[in-house]
Amino acid sequence: MESLGVAAIFYGTAAFMLASAFYVVLGRNLVHCAFALMGTFFGVAILYVYLGADFLAGAQVVIYVGGVLTLMVFGVMLTNRIYNLNLSSGAIQVVPGALSAGLIFALLVWIIQSVDWGAMDSGDPGPTSESIGRLLVGDYLLPFEIASVLLLIALMGAAMLVRRRRGSS
Amino acid sequence: MIPLEHYLYISAALFSLGVFGVLTRRNAVNVLMSIELIFNSANINLVAFSRFVEGALGGQVFALLVIVIAACEAAVALAIVMSLYRVVKHVNLDDAAELKG
Repeated sequence: MESLGVAAIFYGTAAFMLASAFYVVLGRNLVHCAFALMGTFFGVAILYVYLGADFLAGAQVVIYVGGVLTLMVFGVMLTNRIYNLNLSSGAIQVVPGALSAGLIFALLVWIIQSVDWGAMDSGDPGPTSESIGRLLVGDYLLPFEIASVLLLIALMGAAMLVRRRRGSS
Repeated sequence: MIPLEHYLYISAALFSLGVFGVLTRRNAVNVLMSIELIFNSANINLVAFSRFVEGALGGQVFALLVIVIAACEAAVALAIVMSLYRVVKHVNLDDAAELKG
């Protein structure tokens, strides 16, 4: 009975997340799309909780909802004349796009069904932050360092790209 | 518990929605949102496989690195969108074809 409730919450979350994702790609109003994207990010964080990835769920909320989404809202606000309240996004080539996306989905479903994954649920791994920290400064030290250098480069590059050049505008 | 396949189905649906958004939206910021959907679907796959393989946390570490790179991508791409807006005063991707040969 308890596991039934857990499964019900899982599928409810998944449905909510996919509905938000539908609105992100179909909605007309860009600000509403950004809020629907927040719903999708929270849904993915709840899926991480179901998978026992507690640290990653926290990181998802902090980085995506707190960082990336804020950037997106800034992007929407700064690239539309603010007195023009019609912040809409048109759509092009809807039918070929839907056909391609449907074909990709059908292909993925066919692959998932035809492969025998032989996967066993290894159980709840417990708190993962300590193991992830040890892996990051142990086995995955090189990707970790590359990611930190990449963050620095992206920071400087983004600042340089949006800087107003002297003498122009 | 929830079997691995259901996570994969959810992730496949999210990926297809992201591809549909990238192909059909005209606004550059909206295309970026669709790309974030694709990143998230890949992350769900990584974390799900890391759960269903005994004692493998590498998938979660990779998902963390994907999140970091997605943040970098969002920052740089939005900077490019700002520059584009400053030059052509709109962010419609089809109309920004000045570099087309």
